[in-house]
Amino acid sequence: MACAQEARETAEAVARRSYGKLIAFLAARTGDVAGAEDALSDAFAAALVDWPARGIPDNAEAWLIAVARRKTIDALRRRRSGEGAVEELRMMAEELAAAAASDIPDQRLALMFACAHPAIDPGIRAPLILQTVLGFDAATIASAFLISPATMGQRLVRAKNKIRQAAIPFRVPERAELRDRLDAVLAAIYAAFAEGWSDPAGTEVRRRNLAEEGIWLGRLVASLLPDEPEALGLLALMLHAEARRGARRNAHGEYVPLADQDPALWDTPLIEEAEALLFRASAMGAIGRYQLEAAVQSAHVVRRRTGRSDWAAIERLYDALSAITGSPVVAINRAIAVAETHGPAAGLAALDKVADDGRLAEYQPYWAARAGLLARADDVAAADAAYQRAIGLESDPAVRRFLQQRREQLRARS
Amino acid sequence: MKYLLLIYSNEANMLSRPKSAVEEVHAAYGAYTEAMTNAGVIVGGERLRPTASASTVRVADGKTKVLDGPYAETKEQLGGYYMIDVPDLDAAISWAARCPGASHGTIEVRPVWPM
Repeated sequence: MACAQEARETAEAVARRSYGKLIAFLAARTGDVAGAEDALSDAFAAALVDWPARGIPDNAEAWLIAVARRKTIDALRRRRSGEGAVEELRMMAEELAAAAASDIPDQRLALMFACAHPAIDPGIRAPLILQTVLGFDAATIASAFLISPATMGQRLVRAKNKIRQAAIPFRVPERAELRDRLDAVLAAIYAAFAEGWSDPAGTEVRRRNLAEEGIWLGRLVASLLPDEPEALGLLALMLHAEARRGARRNAHGEYVPLADQDPALWDTPLIEEAEALLFRASAMGAIGRYQLEAAVQSAHVVRRRTGRSDWAAIERLYDALSAITGSPVVAINRAIAVAETHGPAAGLAALDKVADDGRLAEYQPYWAARAGLLARADDVAAADAAYQRAIGLESDPAVRRFLQQRREQLRARS
Repeated sequence: MKYLLLIYSNEANMLSRPKSAVEEVHAAYGAYTEAMTNAGVIVGGERLRPTASASTVRVADGKTKVLDGPYAETKEQLGGYYMIDVPDLDAAISWAARCPGASHGTIEVRPVWPM
């Protein structure tokens, strides 16, 4: 006989360990994510009643799946009618019973591919993966993504309806399609990570957790697709970024740019893990944006040994990234590298090439980069104006203070 | 699972094409329809006459109101459809992508609501 607390602790442990696995297993058979969530939540509720009375089953996951399966079939029976539906239900019941009897297969990857399907709105893919694979509730995801809980809830419901009604398949795509489709899964994971990483002070626990969950998902995908270099590249990139989290603020909570960070504050085990992943990925001979971005981080990290980032390598890596992505953000970073290798005038010339891209008019890093290069080229008036634009566009108070200090130093110089 | 593939394209461009180009498109649609028939996925499909021949009907206060022209004036017009029966959305999308109309217009893929 188990006490209620023991039952609850076991249920919580199973939820932490296997939530996404159970949802993936149930949803892959019915095509219905919301239905799987409802059935599993009913099964957990039933466990809290049943386990204290009859004891905790040896295989708690199988017990939960069996209960959730009955709930699923009841729900389907209520929704559908007609002879074809009866036959379909019978087959589904048999298949579920057969699968639950043995080990539960891990279909979390298939679930992630469904959540990041091209027919799903890109903006909702990361929240959807966080909810279905990790069991986050809509309110937590909403606060992490700075969206109202009602809006986030509606968008998640709409996405799950789309998966069910349009019959988006739960499967890992064929080889020919895998790379393209994997990009969407990796982009969603990176979006979750980036939301968490963008709280550098680490004051918001929910957002910080999101960075950890992003890394957890990255590890999951890298372990399920160990031969996909971009999956390894993304994990390496996230680990490199995570390794520098603590160094981004000084003891007074002020912003410290990468160039001024103390390498002794970087997390060595994370960096070494990232380097090993990147090495493994590069041996597979299929370069991609995440490997290149991770390699840029790697070229910064050489500062631990040499005291200086490998700017020539960084410039080459941004050249390659630019060719792949055509992104103006990459062009800005490339211009900064060019300034290090060929001087500020060359950097400014590189920056001018993207200056008329309308997307940059309201992009803080463009103006901050421009201001820094103009200051180094001794064009004080233009640098001052660029700092003014950058300060006006920044939302993080610590970064804003940093930019203001830079402008004060510039004014004191003239 | 049944899906309706709605073929939208710029009608004016289509109508002003030279005869040889029209014949080429017809031949492509013939081959496409044949491929769907061979794969056993086609349920039905028709080409529609241009929107100039369309009438719009509404009943309000018990009165039937008929207007000349299509329901909505848009840049691309509905020119035809196929109904297919395939396992999932990926299969439906791959058939939609093979439709000759997909390379000069847009195919909307809509799952059928089973009754």
